[in-house]
Amino acid sequence: MNGPTLKVENLHTHFFTEKGVVKAVDGVSFEVARGEVLGLVGESGSGKSITGFSILGLVDPPGRVTGGRILFQGEDIVGLSSKEMRTLRGRRIAMIFQDPMMTLNPVLSIETQMVETVLAHENVSRGEARTRSRDALGMVGIPSPDERLASYPHQFSGGMRQRVAIAIALLHRPELIIADEPTTALDVTIQSQILAQMQGLTKQLGMALVWISHDLGVVAGLAHRVAVMYAGRIVEIGPTDDVLDYPTHPYTIGLLQSVPANVPRGAPLLAIPGMAPPPLQRPSGCPFRQRCAFATTICETEPPLDAAGAVAWRCFHPQARRAA
Amino acid sequence: MTVFIIRRLSQSLLVLFITSIIVFAGIYAIGNPIDILIAPDATFAEREQAIKALGLDQSLIEQYGTFLWNALHGDLGRSFVFNQPSIDLILNRMPATLELAFVALFLSLAIGIPLGLWSGLRPNSVLDETVMTGSILGFSLPNFWQGMMLIMIFSVWLGWLPSTGRGEVDTVLGMRTSLTSWSGISHLILPAFNLALFKISLVTRLTRSGVRENMPLDFVKFARAKGLSERRIVSVHVLKNIMIPIVTVVGVEFGGIIAFAIVTETIFAWPGMGKLLIDSIMRLDRPVVVAYLLVVVTLFIVINFVVDILYSLLDPRIRLGSAA
Repeated sequence: MNGPTLKVENLHTHFFTEKGVVKAVDGVSFEVARGEVLGLVGESGSGKSITGFSILGLVDPPGRVTGGRILFQGEDIVGLSSKEMRTLRGRRIAMIFQDPMMTLNPVLSIETQMVETVLAHENVSRGEARTRSRDALGMVGIPSPDERLASYPHQFSGGMRQRVAIAIALLHRPELIIADEPTTALDVTIQSQILAQMQGLTKQLGMALVWISHDLGVVAGLAHRVAVMYAGRIVEIGPTDDVLDYPTHPYTIGLLQSVPANVPRGAPLLAIPGMAPPPLQRPSGCPFRQRCAFATTICETEPPLDAAGAVAWRCFHPQARRAA
Repeated sequence: MTVFIIRRLSQSLLVLFITSIIVFAGIYAIGNPIDILIAPDATFAEREQAIKALGLDQSLIEQYGTFLWNALHGDLGRSFVFNQPSIDLILNRMPATLELAFVALFLSLAIGIPLGLWSGLRPNSVLDETVMTGSILGFSLPNFWQGMMLIMIFSVWLGWLPSTGRGEVDTVLGMRTSLTSWSGISHLILPAFNLALFKISLVTRLTRSGVRENMPLDFVKFARAKGLSERRIVSVHVLKNIMIPIVTVVGVEFGGIIAFAIVTETIFAWPGMGKLLIDSIMRLDRPVVVAYLLVVVTLFIVINFVVDILYSLLDPRIRLGSAA
């Protein structure tokens, strides 16, 4: 199939709380192609996880997608019935969560949790479903998968549980995987193993992968393209090397300077001053302007999307392309 | 498992032994049964003879020694009043009480769990508020008053159901039961419902809070992301997690239902053990009271044992070997 696997256009996901409307995702657009990894980075509360949940139709009330389109293989999946969404979820679009300690049901065996996923989408025998489950466990590098099927989540380490979750996500060879900070809760050694594995599997199975993370180091090593989110919007998007080596948006620059590895030893770390604005009190215009060293009065109006080459940004004061 | 059973068994014997001492001494302290048992105009010689025949001329220690010796040989003494083995009196009445208790337990689970699920999945809806208010009534209205109201409405006003006694009884598999005929069932409905009302409220509230606790958890979201139906998520993933607290509380309460269905049995003139206990206490029929309490303690021990086994079936993280 031609065209991107996933194309998100001007997505708005709002939460209608008693105190007001929280615009968690406020006009996000990006696309991911087959075999491509898109890194979606940002601070906590920037709306990156909600973007992921919106794609799967898993936003809990009082939140809902209020505008925009989500084109999956060219078909708009916003507003599909819950039954139609369910046939997509787990089969053609899969998701991996942040905390492997919490994502598996503690009182059901791994076999139950895998077999039910197979049977939810395909009319096969239990034996067949079990074989598929075992093979998926083997594929993510779990030793003696046949015996491990009978185990319960508490008998696995965190890294192993995340592998099980990945195996479940891979059961139906999905075309798209949304990974919501899947390595954040893991040791660095386990983290790099899982990263390598995901990278290999994406290539091998030709999946599109949206990797949500706040860890720029992880994204730098994994993603082909990166989108930086701030206060519900993408402020800069482009090929990973361009965005991370020559950042344009002041927020991206600030993020990169906050990474300890990017600063000479002993030099003070440069933290971004202030805090992200509370979602109900976002300023007009550019939401970053109160923390931005380059802000002027023009920033009180909405910054347009500018682009140069493959990189696009939303800023009135794009910084010269300089190495950060 | 074997170690667990052996340890549990020796603990149980100790508990039974201690209970027997406390109950024996307690009843001894209440009063001398001879004053109630023989006619006030009996001669001194008759009185002396009766005291001797019942063994009441011995000291407390001697009497207890005799009781214990006989008990170890399987004889829990003869009723002062009925001059029958006290255990026979109790076992004669037990099926009626057990039947009432099991039907009440069934009602409380069969009504409480669906109501709790229903309102837990629609928090703050009209239905939820109604169920919650109803459960407060179930908790706080006195049991005897509820019983009288049930009789008033269903027996006196509507005339649908009989108000007292046990209906036709058949023998099925050696158990006398009233569940085989409409006459039996119609006599059972009101007392069982009266006994179950409090438990229905309890189970409803436990289920509701369990649902509300579990639904926002990641494993539910992950189950949705796998494409499972909402029905399977609630009835397998969530319910199995909720069953653990429910089994705990219902286990404890079930012992209470069997042992102390006294109020209900009295109101509905149900020929069970509870009424026997009250009568025996009034007449200071010590062998019956002691035997009754030993039977009840044994029932509690058995129920706790069953609950522990259910735990290990429900929650794979619990292993019986390490349980004290």
